[in-house]
Amino acid sequence: MLKINNLHARIGEKEILKGINLEVKAGEVHAIMGPNGSGKSTLASVLAGREDYEVSAGSVEFLGKDLLELSPENRAREGLFLAFQYPVEIPGVTTINFLKTAVNEIRKYRGEAAMDAVSFLKMMREKSQLVEIDQALLSRSLNEGFSGGEKKRNEVFQMAMLEPKLAILDETDSGLDIDALRIVASGVNKLKSPQNATIVVTHYQRLLDYIVPDFVHVLWNGRIVKSGTKELALELEEKGYDWIKAEAIS
Amino acid sequence: MSKETEILEEITGSEYKYGFTTDIETETLAAGLSEETVKFISAKKNEPAWMLEWRLAAFALWKTMTPPQWQNLSIPEINFQDIIYYAAPKQKKVVNSLDDIDPELRRTFEKLGISLTEQKLLSGVAVDAVIDSVSIATTFKSKLAELGVIFCSMSEAIENHPELIRKYLGSVVPVKDNYYSALNSAVFSDGSFCFIPKGVRCPMELSTYFRINTANTGQFERTLIVCEDDAYVSYLEGCTAPTRDENQLHAAVVELVAMENAHIKYSTVQNWYPGNKEGKGGIYNFVTKRGICMGDKSRISWTQVETGSAITWKYPSVILKGNGSVGEFYSVAVTNNFQQADTGTKMIHIGKDTRSRIVSKGISAGKSQNSYRGLVQVMKRADNARNFSQCDSLLLGNLCGAHTFPYLEVENPSAQVEHEATTSKIGEDQIFYCNQRGISTEDAVALIVNGYAKEVLNQLPMEFAVEAQKLLAISLEGSVG
Ligand SMILES: Nc1ncnc2c1ncn2[C@@H]1O[C@H](COP(=O)(O)OP(=O)(O)O)[C@@H](O)[C@H]1O
Ligand SMILES: [Mg+2]
Repeated sequence: MLKINNLHARIGEKEILKGINLEVKAGEVHAIMGPNGSGKSTLASVLAGREDYEVSAGSVEFLGKDLLELSPENRAREGLFLAFQYPVEIPGVTTINFLKTAVNEIRKYRGEAAMDAVSFLKMMREKSQLVEIDQALLSRSLNEGFSGGEKKRNEVFQMAMLEPKLAILDETDSGLDIDALRIVASGVNKLKSPQNATIVVTHYQRLLDYIVPDFVHVLWNGRIVKSGTKELALELEEKGYDWIKAEAIS
Repeated sequence: MSKETEILEEITGSEYKYGFTTDIETETLAAGLSEETVKFISAKKNEPAWMLEWRLAAFALWKTMTPPQWQNLSIPEINFQDIIYYAAPKQKKVVNSLDDIDPELRRTFEKLGISLTEQKLLSGVAVDAVIDSVSIATTFKSKLAELGVIFCSMSEAIENHPELIRKYLGSVVPVKDNYYSALNSAVFSDGSFCFIPKGVRCPMELSTYFRINTANTGQFERTLIVCEDDAYVSYLEGCTAPTRDENQLHAAVVELVAMENAHIKYSTVQNWYPGNKEGKGGIYNFVTKRGICMGDKSRISWTQVETGSAITWKYPSVILKGNGSVGEFYSVAVTNNFQQADTGTKMIHIGKDTRSRIVSKGISAGKSQNSYRGLVQVMKRADNARNFSQCDSLLLGNLCGAHTFPYLEVENPSAQVEHEATTSKIGEDQIFYCNQRGISTEDAVALIVNGYAKEVLNQLPMEFAVEAQKLLAISLEGSVG
């Protein structure tokens, strides 16, 4: 589904991604871990098409297409979803209205007719139950005045509504209490299918108790310096990142 | 050049949709302004002597006046002798029924989305259609007459309801109020008159659609709305003009009178030709709009969505004379390319317990300049007056300007006045967030701008709110930031 090959990205003169290699297949869950500032959000942003970053080398293939050639909106329409580490507020635009626009834009791209209001509301109701988000929240301005946890839950709700092929969750767990974490994780699990894939970016192993990854990668200093299975996450929890840094340097 | 600027320049460049001209035989007076012009217009309309005298007095006064200079606008000098003061489509005969309207004119209004066939009209909206200097049709007249509601062109009103016109014309905006109101009083050619008798809630929206067609003509219309005790009316005004390289002048006067417990809701969707991307052409929209809350507990609400015109100079105001009366001003003003707007309101609190609310949302893009100018005045006797003002500016790009000029004059210590102002930019973060959900940059801007203007758009009657939303998106096409 996703093939990242020797990806380098910079902002201004500063190189942040220094040769990322990663392959994600349909049905898989990958976790990307690593200390603060190692480039996790940058990787997510570059995949989503943020213009601030310049891709200086490498290639990314997504569902057989050259991802880097696509505009950010077309990446989304092709099925790539990013749950933002810091979701943005849009005053005066309700989540409902925002998602109706998004859903219909994506459908248009795929040559499907716009969704009528009744089916849309029905889908809203189902998906909001799935991620246990309060309906009242969805009639409010997008993310405006939401608590940290509400914002994150709204990200997962949007993911449920847009049914992406590849979802990247950037620290969706941070700022959540344990109950919220459980709800969000169970939402993500319910959305899992053999046809789609998930990349979970996280700091903490505790999320991986709920969303069990097939692979765990450690990103440090712009490179994936170690990959393994879920046991690697436990090891990191126990020993921290220093041994990996030491390993990477030597 | 940053991506932001690039997108911005691309989107700020959409074409004006209503720029076509109607090819119809027009009776046009030669350009120029003199007493003869005033007499000609008055004669053309078979006006009574008192009306002509009123006009001539206005003209004499105007000649002694000079254009206002205080606004934050750069207005090229206007040669008033170059303007045509009367242009009217030649109709074969007197139009007695809507079926007699020239098909070409009917088509013109249909192209503008205004049907002059009653069956096809939006149910619940009566329209007065004004082209250049004259009203060509008013729909649903007889149905409204059953309720005692008068809705007709100003020309007809002068002829058929002289007692009302003599009583109210110039009573809210005196001839001498300002340079443009004096000019309008001398040469106004048509407009709409609405009268809602005591206790009647007008069952449909009344609306006037103004269209400038002939080159070099000025449009000087006059609107007067009177609501007697306990009456209610919702009135809507729309306007467009052809695309032309020359600037054209539109100097209207609108007066509203609300008696005891009456409510007038006046909405404008102003979409005059704004000029091209280089700032050539466009309408000069110099308008005086004012309402008086004459009776106790009366209410006047102005809502305006201003997207057109090369230059806008306009301050719909409310004189809160009746005790407990309420004045409201909701405005969205968009400027793009080289447009300039200096717009706002005046809330004059005279009565006790009067309240006013001002919500102004400016949106500037391109190289435009957008100013809010508002006065809140609380007179000595106005105990417990309250005002709330919210003035927001949204900037798209770095080349435009937003300015706020709030004035406050309080002579009564019990007044409570609150003013809030914000300036924001559409963030790249917001746009990227939308993009990531499959929404194109252009649609993202439309979404964000509509969200920003929502409080004002919500004040518009339903059908027009949808139109206004589209209009906002179109006026900003090519201006993302
Ligand atoms: N817009 C930016 N401008 C400058 N430096 C940035 C920018 N975004 C990220 N960086 C730098 O890139 C590095 C990686 O950041 P980030 O991808 O956010 O890390 P992580 O998500 O792993 O914590 C950090 O050193 C950060 O300071
Ligand atoms: Mg991060």
